[in-house]
Amino acid sequence: MRGLSEERKRALGRFLVIAIPFLWLGALFLAPFLIVAKISLSSAAVAIPPYEPLISWADDGALVLTLHVGNYKLIFSDPIYLIAYASSLRNAAVTVIFTLLLGFPLAYFIATRDQKWRAPLLLLVMLPFWTSFLIRVYAWIGILKPNGVINGALLWLGVIEKPLVILNNNFAVIVGMVYGYLPFMVLPLYAHLEKMDWSLLEAASDLGAKPFRVFRKVTLPLAAPGIVAGSLLVFIPAVGEYIVPALLGGPDTLTIGATLWNEFFSNRDWPVASTVAVALVALLVGPLLALQHHRTKGARP
Amino acid sequence: MIPAPQDSPWADAAATPQLRIRNVVKTFEGFAAVDDVSLDIYRGEFFSLLGASGCGKTTLLRMLAGFEFPDRGAVELDGLDLLKLQPYERPVNMMFQSYALFPHMSVAQNIGFGLRSEGLSRDHLEERVVNALKLVQLSEFAHRKPNQLSGGQKQRVALARALVKRPKILLLDEPLSALDKKLREATQFELINIQKQVGVTFIMVTHDQEEAMAMSTRIAVMDKGRVVQVGAPHEIYEYPHSRFVATFIGSINLFEGMAAHGPDGWRVDCAHWPLRTAQDLAALDHHQVALGVRPEKIRIAPLDENFAADNVCEGVVREVAYLGESMLYRVALPSGFLVRVAAPNLGARFSSGQPVRIGFGADAGVALDK
Repeated sequence: MRGLSEERKRALGRFLVIAIPFLWLGALFLAPFLIVAKISLSSAAVAIPPYEPLISWADDGALVLTLHVGNYKLIFSDPIYLIAYASSLRNAAVTVIFTLLLGFPLAYFIATRDQKWRAPLLLLVMLPFWTSFLIRVYAWIGILKPNGVINGALLWLGVIEKPLVILNNNFAVIVGMVYGYLPFMVLPLYAHLEKMDWSLLEAASDLGAKPFRVFRKVTLPLAAPGIVAGSLLVFIPAVGEYIVPALLGGPDTLTIGATLWNEFFSNRDWPVASTVAVALVALLVGPLLALQHHRTKGARP
Repeated sequence: MIPAPQDSPWADAAATPQLRIRNVVKTFEGFAAVDDVSLDIYRGEFFSLLGASGCGKTTLLRMLAGFEFPDRGAVELDGLDLLKLQPYERPVNMMFQSYALFPHMSVAQNIGFGLRSEGLSRDHLEERVVNALKLVQLSEFAHRKPNQLSGGQKQRVALARALVKRPKILLLDEPLSALDKKLREATQFELINIQKQVGVTFIMVTHDQEEAMAMSTRIAVMDKGRVVQVGAPHEIYEYPHSRFVATFIGSINLFEGMAAHGPDGWRVDCAHWPLRTAQDLAALDHHQVALGVRPEKIRIAPLDENFAADNVCEGVVREVAYLGESMLYRVALPSGFLVRVAAPNLGARFSSGQPVRIGFGADAGVALDK
């Protein structure tokens, strides 16, 4: 490295530091995605792997590139896919709303505790991660089933006369998803609330704002980046959620996750499954890019 | 110099205080942050709560704002029981040490924030904001965000935001501590001028005694949750009630000794230097007291210059500090006791090791028994 100036060495160091995560993402995220995108443009075949290659030799020795866009036409014309997308998006949105409604007070509560209580309280929020997600969702079956904990308690109290149907339907799916994703909302919210300057709230109150106005005009705008971060962290995985609808959902629960599973493993139609996956990514990335663009534009004076 | 009575309503027994603080106590986990404080503050005063950090001055200020509620005691503003009111209901406003400007609002929105809950018409509100901006000379910065302002500008926004509410009392929590020294001095005068213009009572918390002396009509010196002395700056400086106040404000020589009466009046029989005092010490006869003498009240002269004073002693200059506007000497008495002497920077200067004569009049000291 003798020939390199200090500045060049530093630039090289910076490049290496940035290159490692980029290579990681490129190898483990971008490459598989491109493979999936490639599969989505082929057609299904009874073979291993179960799809036609995109590039083949024709009889006359020509190299032929065959792109099947039929899969994309299919998922935008067959209502079953559109319904699956719509219900997944709706469930994810409802999950975001409820995790926000539950998570904001929780994060606010933790952030306003004495310093010594915050770490143990955060630990409690994260404690469920010690157990497998699958097992925790199973536990909800025990809670929600007709002779489960909730129905048992309500029957015993005499509030209801016959068990409520709260399992194997969309209600149960929402309950399970809100439960599962709550920590992803609480943690970023807490991170933003914790570093908030509380004298701003006092100042607002001092200036005559009643508690609700202080919340609306000061707390909420200052916590907005945390709300956005938490909502994205919940929304994105919630759209593709598979386990919760599979275990708690009913026969009529149609989600993208389940559709993907069916196409891949029941129908062995990898191209259609890949198409569903690619379309989902496009569906999520579009709004995200728009949001990012809006935020960077808004950050400039 | 004693101020005229109309400038010092606290000296007038018939005057009604605007703010009455009565026997206020506030404890945090068994520790008395504010311990039985009573104060009367009059309309138009620039009142300072002065003390070291942890003396309870900020807690007291926060109780006036409504962010803390006392365990005991009463606080009345123009006959209104403040303790029944939430911060947003009190006719007082606070300027925070950190300024606490809303980072997501412009300067004008920050200043207008407090007016929006008052139900003013849009025009009226805008006019008040414009006037407040003019008062602190920030009119051209109305649309900036706080993070685009300098420290001094932020301070003025904070001031305007609090004053635009036309509070009966403005509370200032260490208003100048975040500014650098030069700016601080200019801002001191600006604050005094603004206070005179708007005529609002200011209550300021500070740990900086020079700041308190320069700006206040009266100062309450606090220590360990208690008010140890209240008075105009010159009273606190010239007539401290205790060794604590005497040493906290400025610098002072304390000559410890027994108070006694002799043929030429009252004396403090300090072992290092028996001193005559013009003060009547009848109440302290044969008590251990300290005669406090400020360094600038002591005259210093070469041995060959004769000067008459009630108390004169010979000594040797041990240390010399050049402070620019004055010289500070530490003069060793024959017993070895060091006396601090400040002399204006003119005429003769003395050097270390030089024998000198020092002296002061019988009226220069103040006897302290606490």
